[in-house]
Amino acid sequence: MTPNPATQAGYSGEHRSPARGASRWKIVVLHRDAESAAVPKLKLSGVSLSYQTNDGSRLLALDDIHLTVAPGEFLCIVGPSGCGKSTLLHLIAGLQSASSGNILVDEKPVAGPGTDRILIFQELGLFPWLTVAQNIEFGMKMKGISRAERQEKIEQYLRLVHLAQFKDSYTHQLSGGMRQRVALARALASEPDVLLMDEPFAALDAQTRDILHDELERIWAETGRTIVFVTHNVREAVRLGDRVALLTFRPGRVKREYAIDLPRPRHLEDVEVARTAREILDDLREEINKSLEEQYGHEAVR
Amino acid sequence: MKRFAKHAIFYTTLLAIWVVLVKLKIWPAYVFPSPQGVLQSLRAGFADHSFWIAIAVSMKRMLLGYGLSVVLGMILGFGVASNKFLEETMGGLLVSLQSLPSICWLPLAVLWFGLTEKAILFVVVMGSLLSVTIAMETGRQQMPKIFGMAGRNLGARGFKLFWHVLLPASLPYIISGLKQGWAFAWRSLISGEMIFVSLGLGQLLMMGRDLNDMSQVIAVMILIVAIGYIVDGLVFKSIERRLQQKWGFAPVA
Repeated sequence: MTPNPATQAGYSGEHRSPARGASRWKIVVLHRDAESAAVPKLKLSGVSLSYQTNDGSRLLALDDIHLTVAPGEFLCIVGPSGCGKSTLLHLIAGLQSASSGNILVDEKPVAGPGTDRILIFQELGLFPWLTVAQNIEFGMKMKGISRAERQEKIEQYLRLVHLAQFKDSYTHQLSGGMRQRVALARALASEPDVLLMDEPFAALDAQTRDILHDELERIWAETGRTIVFVTHNVREAVRLGDRVALLTFRPGRVKREYAIDLPRPRHLEDVEVARTAREILDDLREEINKSLEEQYGHEAVR
Repeated sequence: MKRFAKHAIFYTTLLAIWVVLVKLKIWPAYVFPSPQGVLQSLRAGFADHSFWIAIAVSMKRMLLGYGLSVVLGMILGFGVASNKFLEETMGGLLVSLQSLPSICWLPLAVLWFGLTEKAILFVVVMGSLLSVTIAMETGRQQMPKIFGMAGRNLGARGFKLFWHVLLPASLPYIISGLKQGWAFAWRSLISGEMIFVSLGLGQLLMMGRDLNDMSQVIAVMILIVAIGYIVDGLVFKSIERRLQQKWGFAPVA
């Protein structure tokens, strides 16, 4: 297999994921070069997706995506709107299939949805006919876990996201931030190996988002899940990720990857976070301009 | 209270007009019965249990027939909505068939099943099946796609996906269709029962006609309206209220 130049561009050598305080997470050594990696949790090789548009032409949405995610790693994917970030998550979740290339989870190819990968949708998709507790219970119920065990897990995950007192509420009664927590608890309750998050905090106010960043970081450290987090907010990506992958505008390709070696816990206002985000943003801006040119023509951007 | 007062005024006026018309003696009593006569018929009907029996028989048929069309309609509607070929072909047929009054099926029903319970059930099912099917189909299409995806994502498949996700997710969009289906079934049942001796409210109505007893005819009509109103108020209104509590918005009308 020939190494993909796109994935090598901004990244070479190895990267130590920051120690996360708890001893049961060993330090994971990540290699950009896929062949020599330990066992990756998630591996995308040559993933492309094209689809038929309404006028009959074919649109290439994702082009030859190569990505490797180590167990317990927090990978953030950024890119301009329309780069196919969400689509990529849908492919990993198995809700859509790629036109070519393959996606491996624990070295097994993805063939349809599976509870080893749970996606938190941008619009959440919480079930309004179920209470908070029943929403959290849903995945376990589908798995056929016993009632007693489900009850125990519900309590556990309600506590994890600080929603114990709202367990009998319906989702429309909750604030945006609380709904995010329900979605997170519902996803975690299925105990997935890989948690896929699609711009989950985009619609929240800044304070709520700050709090949820802290909580997500804490929960990630407590549960040791592998997370693939899609966002258009570079600062958010740097604040959260062990690594940030930048996708190009249509077709989506991995333009560069950045290792984020900043110590945790981080904050959105950290100078280092801002500086790193700045670098990535410069690369991203090129892509944003491309997308603007496509939308408004060349004159608008100049 | 204000609402109640409005209703009281309206119905008292209606009753007063009725009484005045009777007092004017424009038509003989067997053509245009008095309120007292109708009340008498109602009381007598309940006293000799004939009304109770008719209600029980009719309701049993409704539950059976309507229950059958809800189950069949769900399968058909979801099938049509999730298959492009069926949607393009059968979708149109369903809509055009809906314009057919259900009583048109009676000659066929009598030929196939004879003058039996089955014939009436068939007419009831045909009366409500199409509107339930169409409601299910449109409900399935209007329902936000995200629920199905979230369900599959969380490991729901096949029947589990249908039962635990697609059905509850589409309920706000199909409840008005289910209600309409109930109303159609109710009409079909009464027409069916009027055609041949079958017990039930429809037959009671025809018996009034045969005996030239307009008081009984009107008494049974009041009964039919009252039952329709009660079912709507008790069953459908409470489902709608619960949906609203859970979803936080009123079901799509």
